[in-house]
Amino acid sequence: MKDHSCQCLEWPYPLLYDKVQKVTTDVLILGGGIAGCWAAIAAAKKGVLVALVEKGAIIRSGAGGSGCDHWESAATNPCSRITPEELTKAMIKAHLGYNNGISHYIECREGYDRLLDLERIGGKIRDTEDEFQGAEFRDEKTKFLFAYDYENKFTLRVWGTTFKPALAKECRRLGVSVFDRTMATSLLTEGGKQGARVVGATGVNCRTGEFITFQARATVLCMSRPTRIWLFSPGLPGISEFRPPQCTGDGHAMGWKAGVEFAMMEKSVKGEWSGIRSFPPYGTGNTHNTWYACNMVDADGREIPWVDRDGRILTDISQRYRPAPGQRLFLKGGGEPDIPNYEFQWPDILPVEKLMANGFKLPFYADLASMPEKERKAIWGLMVGEEGKTKIPILETYTEAGFDPKKHLLQSYGEGWKSGGFLPQERQFFGLPGGMVNDWRLRTNLEGLYAAGDQLFASNCHGHAAATGYYAGRHAAEYAKEAVAIIIDSKQAERERIRVYAPLKWADGIGWQELNMCISRIMQHYCGDIKSEELLTTGLGLLKDMQNNEAPQLSAKNPHELVRALEVLNVITNAEIVLNACLVRKASSKPLHFRRSDFPEIDPPEWNKLVTIKCEKNEVATGEKPLDYYGSLKRNYEFYNADYLEERQS
Amino acid sequence: MKSKKVFIHPEAAPLKPLAFKAGICDGCNRCVEVCQVDILVPHPEKGKPPVVVFPGECWYGGCCVAICPKPGAIRLNTPLMNRVHWKQKICP
Repeated sequence: MKDHSCQCLEWPYPLLYDKVQKVTTDVLILGGGIAGCWAAIAAAKKGVLVALVEKGAIIRSGAGGSGCDHWESAATNPCSRITPEELTKAMIKAHLGYNNGISHYIECREGYDRLLDLERIGGKIRDTEDEFQGAEFRDEKTKFLFAYDYENKFTLRVWGTTFKPALAKECRRLGVSVFDRTMATSLLTEGGKQGARVVGATGVNCRTGEFITFQARATVLCMSRPTRIWLFSPGLPGISEFRPPQCTGDGHAMGWKAGVEFAMMEKSVKGEWSGIRSFPPYGTGNTHNTWYACNMVDADGREIPWVDRDGRILTDISQRYRPAPGQRLFLKGGGEPDIPNYEFQWPDILPVEKLMANGFKLPFYADLASMPEKERKAIWGLMVGEEGKTKIPILETYTEAGFDPKKHLLQSYGEGWKSGGFLPQERQFFGLPGGMVNDWRLRTNLEGLYAAGDQLFASNCHGHAAATGYYAGRHAAEYAKEAVAIIIDSKQAERERIRVYAPLKWADGIGWQELNMCISRIMQHYCGDIKSEELLTTGLGLLKDMQNNEAPQLSAKNPHELVRALEVLNVITNAEIVLNACLVRKASSKPLHFRRSDFPEIDPPEWNKLVTIKCEKNEVATGEKPLDYYGSLKRNYEFYNADYLEERQS
Repeated sequence: MKSKKVFIHPEAAPLKPLAFKAGICDGCNRCVEVCQVDILVPHPEKGKPPVVVFPGECWYGGCCVAICPKPGAIRLNTPLMNRVHWKQKICP
């Protein structure tokens, strides 16, 4: 075979830099991951025209496109022993109030509805082949498999690799106009004014470079949380972060420029996952998440004890999946806080310090072989296999290399599920990070603009993305039915076209990787673990300099590089939002993982509130909201969703 | 803006995320179409394996392998630095 890895190729797609495609629709969905596909389905079911814009291809794109092993907060499933109200309140309390009561109540209330929808369109949500018949975690009547808390049964083990292709097919069946390989670049507002009604967006095709304008009555932002802010590798950008590299938080950046209000953007946590700092997610021996509650042994094969929240040694495996005596429930899954919370603490192995003191020797290993057969198969084969990014890179690759869960011990690295060690300044948006402020319709502060999934503040997992996506899609459609169509501002679109194509002017300017590396270095130095006024303002100044001097020299030689360059410009904007939000909160905070050397007091009562920021007349405008601004969960939900409730009942 | 012919040079990356077997791969390009990062392009000659033009951007998600209809045509190479260790369990 002729080796094409070292020769020049002609760009294989037509180049359409000189074309502008104009699209008019009722509801425009930006981002075709889990939230975006569900939003498109909900809107299309309402009988309106829907356009869905996705940078990759909706069949597998987004953070949840490759799979999902467990579906959290399905509180309305028939086996659940907890109400949506109780579970949402627990989730809020576990984060000391810093959570999105509205979006998580939607998750608890409607997540199970989405699972049933998935089953109808070809997703697998129950053990139809009776593979796990008789297992403690299986409900024999419904054939549902549960994870974590077997008493309360609100988290389901699912076959999530079947989900995204089913959603993509359903979008097309419902007549959604899908714009794959299209990066949304900006929001268009009425009269081109910041803070005005959103009337559409612009995009650029990632392969042809064609510029597209979308005019819409309503728009739903469904893109990723910001990434590549602190963590970046210019040589291996693909594995710099946990999420796919093109999930850069473009929605946050374009929302900021349009005047969207944000909350909790000052929160960042020490890195959880990154291929450049840790081993592949779910690919090492541990006891968390997908691997809960696997047996562990030390270097000599000595079994590591499990304890409940009161330090009582658990004598059998079944106890690891049940709340402690006197405990109502425990919270475990993808979004648990790093801060231990006695009320919701899950059973765990003894802390490392105690193990060292008791003579346990490193390294530790996951011992699947000694797990009961069905628990072993649920971890290795079902959860490792169905979880995103595990079927090929972990399950198949390890099996091919000779790993046998019945014979081998898999080594553990770093702390728990993190699979590696991070420095305090190597930070990420993880565990309920910042995002857009929403009301009970999942509308942002801008008329015509809705948000779902990772776009929202305190966003979480797959079930949250699905439930909020569907919810935002149907509310956007309701709005679109009544709203007057506004012609997009041609001058605003033209300004954006010029901005988008600017990197093509330079044959030999600055590469996107260099600029991204520089941003992450600035953020590690000036917005690391411990922050201060001077650090943050200096960091902002450095970013501003880069914005003025280096960013205009960004260079791209083809549409693919152009998209990467535009992403880096968004990373700069997102870094600026973070720095500004950090400046506003003049107190340290435990639940926000936020430390200021100039304001060391932790969570003083006057700062127990959401700090909000937005861009107004191109200046930073700040505000605040009480932590419980969501009000009465049940009453508000039922008030805003009477139609949906009636529809589901019938 | 006037469009002109553009050429690309597959980037030199420290890793080679994908390996194709020419005898098995028939160049159907399903992997090209599923890759959300868009690191592959179709081979200039029809029926030949795609070309990995942006290897450094690979997310190692494996969707390309999962969608491939020809077993063994495409292989995902875990980065060497990310290879984990396991050992035989010795039963007492």
